[in-house]
Amino acid sequence: MDEKLNDLYRDILMDHYKYPRGNKNLDNFDLENEGYNPACGDDIHLKIRLDGGKIDDISVDCIGCAISVASGSMLADIVRGKSLEEVIKIAKAVKAMLKGEKLSEDINLGDLEALKGVSKFPVRIKCALLSWTTIIDALEARQAGQKAEISRTE
Amino acid sequence: MSKVGEKTTAMPAPEIMPGGGIDPDLVKQDFPVLRQSINGHPLIYLDNAATTQKPVAVIKRLQTYYESDNANVHRGLHTLAERATDAFEATRDKIRSFINAGKREEIIYTRGATEAINLVAYTYGRQNVGPGDRIVITRMEHHANLIPWLELARQNKAELVYIPINSEGYLDLSEIDTIINNRTKIVALTHMSNVLGTINDVEEITALAHKKKAVCLIDGAQAVPHMPVDVQSLGADFYVFSAHKMLGPTGLGVLYGREELLQAMPPFNFGGEMISEVRFDKVTWNVLPWKFEAGTPAIAEAVAFAPALDYLENLGMENIRRHEIELTAYALSRLSELKHLTIYGPQNPEHRGGAIAFSDDKIHPHDMATFLDTQGIAVRAGHHCAQPLTRLLGVNSTTRASFYIYNNTNDIDTLHEALLAARRYFGHG
Repeated sequence: MDEKLNDLYRDILMDHYKYPRGNKNLDNFDLENEGYNPACGDDIHLKIRLDGGKIDDISVDCIGCAISVASGSMLADIVRGKSLEEVIKIAKAVKAMLKGEKLSEDINLGDLEALKGVSKFPVRIKCALLSWTTIIDALEARQAGQKAEISRTE
Repeated sequence: MSKVGEKTTAMPAPEIMPGGGIDPDLVKQDFPVLRQSINGHPLIYLDNAATTQKPVAVIKRLQTYYESDNANVHRGLHTLAERATDAFEATRDKIRSFINAGKREEIIYTRGATEAINLVAYTYGRQNVGPGDRIVITRMEHHANLIPWLELARQNKAELVYIPINSEGYLDLSEIDTIINNRTKIVALTHMSNVLGTINDVEEITALAHKKKAVCLIDGAQAVPHMPVDVQSLGADFYVFSAHKMLGPTGLGVLYGREELLQAMPPFNFGGEMISEVRFDKVTWNVLPWKFEAGTPAIAEAVAFAPALDYLENLGMENIRRHEIELTAYALSRLSELKHLTIYGPQNPEHRGGAIAFSDDKIHPHDMATFLDTQGIAVRAGHHCAQPLTRLLGVNSTTRASFYIYNNTNDIDTLHEALLAARRYFGHG
């Protein structure tokens, strides 16, 4: 059993769950979005500060299971200093990986590969998806000059 | 080949221990699905409030029905149609006697408890609840006994008022005389909560409702499988439950309704079977119970529900209730040893059923359920289709273990150990 369990709760993932990055209150921010998973009550709140076309800082406030907390923490870790386009591209690649879809060749997800094990637990995929869906919605709304609606994964 | 009117396949009689106790280990042998390992551990099935497993007799009856009796009911003039109809109607008689309804006409087949409640809301409700009238339910209802009333109240401009619950998980009846007022047309409540386990004093509520000339619907989905139920002595006007939560097949439920109420209600679905005479410009409805059974019903499921009822009657509903009180008492005592757990619902096992929701102060219910699954233990995690109640408990979701006739104290010990192992695994040991 431990092997299967460890496939889901990889060491990197557990580290993010125990010590979530981005878990702070960002005072000055340019955009925010909330993600909600009605099926289990997981709730995530992202605040993003921009510097030019790039993400300067992010805070991730996530109430949920280990998978959703770790996934949100990994997101916080990776987006700083990247352009909106880059982040959207990575987030879409992570979503594809979680859903077991084929990745485009040119993306190296690095530590985010640790989330791959989640795809073997169909009922837990939505937990990992929440933060990535929420940031895509936030950034795409920004690009379109709108405010994001609350994101949902079901 | 089974013959017309033949009694359903006899099963190996489950052993009753001296003194009337149930021997869950012998019962377990009648449930093929339980004879397997999940993730390298013997399966321990503790998700019985969601659905129960099926004994061999039920599975076999589904097979023999399709192998030798299958036909549509009530219309064919051939031998198979007669067999199918006899078996289908024989289950109705068994159900009548199982819940002590007065007449077979008062037993309506539905797709499940949910559809049964919708049937009442759409027919009796629309006909009798008007603007400014009141519908009363409780804060511990499953969505099935909440959304239909919320929707009826919205459509007919009535108000929906909730009976509150106290911190121990009982209904708070201190204001009940003002809650159930003269404008109240329907009072609907669960017999046993699927989250808190609370068994409500239904007799008291039906009496209060009747004093104000309201009718009372009881959601018995969690009660009928686990304890003796007599719809007449409870004073229920409507009583609903589902077959799959009591050893029977999915897709079948029961609406009990008092005959005079059912007579006065318009049909729910329209089509074949529910009519008596059809002309191009006019229709007369069929008599009870078929007035409410439009279309081809769940025939095989109804036929195979009979051996489920036989199985429960052989064990004895009093014995089942006793077994579950003992298991619940044991589980409450073992789980309360774990100080990091919050256990919801009444502490007195005599006042509750064996569905126990709890939360760990560090581990999210979904992580807990995934961990327990890797230990072969099946539990439910989430809001248990009772989101408002879960929120009222101050959490987003809980973990729930729920017992039945094949569970024993070893299962609870294994759960206890696994809950501790989860603490170690997630670094809170």
